[in-house]
Amino acid sequence: MSEAAVRLGRPGWSIRRALGVVVLLAALAAVPGFANNYYLEVLSEAWFYVLLCLGLNIVVGFAGLLDLGYAAFFAVGAYTAGIVTLRLGLSFWLSLPISVVAASIAGVIIGGPTLRLRSDYLAIVTLGFGEMVRISVRNLAVTGGASGLVGIERPTLFGYHLDSIGAYYYVFLLLAVLGVVASHRLENSRIGRAWKYVRSDEDAARAMGINHAMVKLAAYILGAIFAAIGGCFYAAKMTAISPETFTFNQSLLILLGVVLGGRGKIPGVILGALVIVIFPELFRDVGSMRMLVFAISLLLIMLFRPAGIWPEKWR
Amino acid sequence: MDALLEVSGLSLSFGGLKVLNGLDLAVGKGAIASLIGPNGAGKTSVFNCLTGFYRPSSGSIRLAGQRINGLAPHRITRLGMARTFQNLRLFRELSAIENVMAGRHCRTRAGALDAILETPRHRREERAIRAQAERWLAFVGIPEVSEQMAGTLPYGHQRRVEWARALATEPSLLLLDEPGAGLNSAEKAELVGLVRRVRDELDVSVLLIEHDMGLVMQVSEHITVLDYGRKIAEGDAAAVQSDPRVIEAYLGREEDAL
Repeated sequence: MSEAAVRLGRPGWSIRRALGVVVLLAALAAVPGFANNYYLEVLSEAWFYVLLCLGLNIVVGFAGLLDLGYAAFFAVGAYTAGIVTLRLGLSFWLSLPISVVAASIAGVIIGGPTLRLRSDYLAIVTLGFGEMVRISVRNLAVTGGASGLVGIERPTLFGYHLDSIGAYYYVFLLLAVLGVVASHRLENSRIGRAWKYVRSDEDAARAMGINHAMVKLAAYILGAIFAAIGGCFYAAKMTAISPETFTFNQSLLILLGVVLGGRGKIPGVILGALVIVIFPELFRDVGSMRMLVFAISLLLIMLFRPAGIWPEKWR
Repeated sequence: MDALLEVSGLSLSFGGLKVLNGLDLAVGKGAIASLIGPNGAGKTSVFNCLTGFYRPSSGSIRLAGQRINGLAPHRITRLGMARTFQNLRLFRELSAIENVMAGRHCRTRAGALDAILETPRHRREERAIRAQAERWLAFVGIPEVSEQMAGTLPYGHQRRVEWARALATEPSLLLLDEPGAGLNSAEKAELVGLVRRVRDELDVSVLLIEHDMGLVMQVSEHITVLDYGRKIAEGDAAAVQSDPRVIEAYLGREEDAL
């Protein structure tokens, strides 16, 4: 490890690695030049899940908390975008700051009452929160009830109308990259270390002057913001959203990506997100048995790699 | 004696069990003081009250004149009281230096946004946190282990990491809960030196709980003896050693001959 890397608190960040990242990004950016719409659709979804899994990883991986209702934050973003553009008639871009505020409030709502809870209790409360959000949007007039919101206008960026799958490929790729950068910077910061201290030994962390309640709240809020921003662009891409997108299964799928890949480890989480999106597609030829094959491969991975495919070294 | 820590009438009950019963305790500025007593006398409970982990049922605790009972542990640490634990409580899966960096948390400010944007302020602070953590590891004599995982270090080194972590919070009073436990005699001799350096070089007062009487008598200038949650004696080593109540608490009462 070079001395400069140690000083910056970025272990292992070298010129060679930077070069590798640039080449990889260039290759990913070139994909829409030759791939057909099916591939672009699957890959856009994969980048989208990378962002969601990285967001949930802040809560589950870095801070060691459990969240079985993460899809609620994704819903907050998507519905904010829908309401801002359809009901208020404002620009899509305004929905981003508004959804960040809404997600922060949602993060406090779920984080606040759960601060004193651990493991199984936390699981029940977060699960309940996820269902509450879904049932609320299903029954409120402003969210369009069970049929949801239809006809969300697609945004324009610098005069370019984002209305093709190619455009959303880039949008979600960019979001995933920003998510990786933000996660990496958070992990190696004062707040990122505080999450790990609280995860490792809450009492020792408190004795070191760390306000464990604020630290946990920050994890819920930041995780919520990742999902909400993703949700805004999801609404823009789909142009229609309905409550059934934000079920418990959705939360579970995102959690699966995090745990499968290796919670707490950014490359592992990226890998996990890719697996949950791409595996079911690979098994399309298997026909009606594909979810069974998917399930069996997941079980095998968890049996042989219980800490995830690419875990943090200590687990 | 100018008191840094003043405890008066401290009582603590769990259900019907009185763990501490009207305890008075004072630690002077620049003192090395000890709290001793038989097993179950309530020593660690005193520490847990002082550091905010237990809420005493009555009494007052003042640090440098400021009343601190009822405050949360992290706020008490910020006010200048740091502790080590009886059974090591390191962040075992993190490196030694990351453990010590934890102590800097309450003296630094960068938030999530600073981190995501990597502001100059954040970079400066990160550099300072790391440099100070390295300095504390050097102070306790183990600068070479900084990148090793804390849980894999030899026991004596783990103890030192815990010290460095506590000192990194810049305390005015350091509480050591059985610092000699599990150490061999050479390590204990080094411990005595370290306690004195903390007081002499850093101007940090020390209050320690210890079972090793040799260690206690050697290092402490003032000793408080606790039994059944009460103070039964106090004074310097010679006074405490010859106090009949102390002997009775440790060895039991001599039965009258029939």
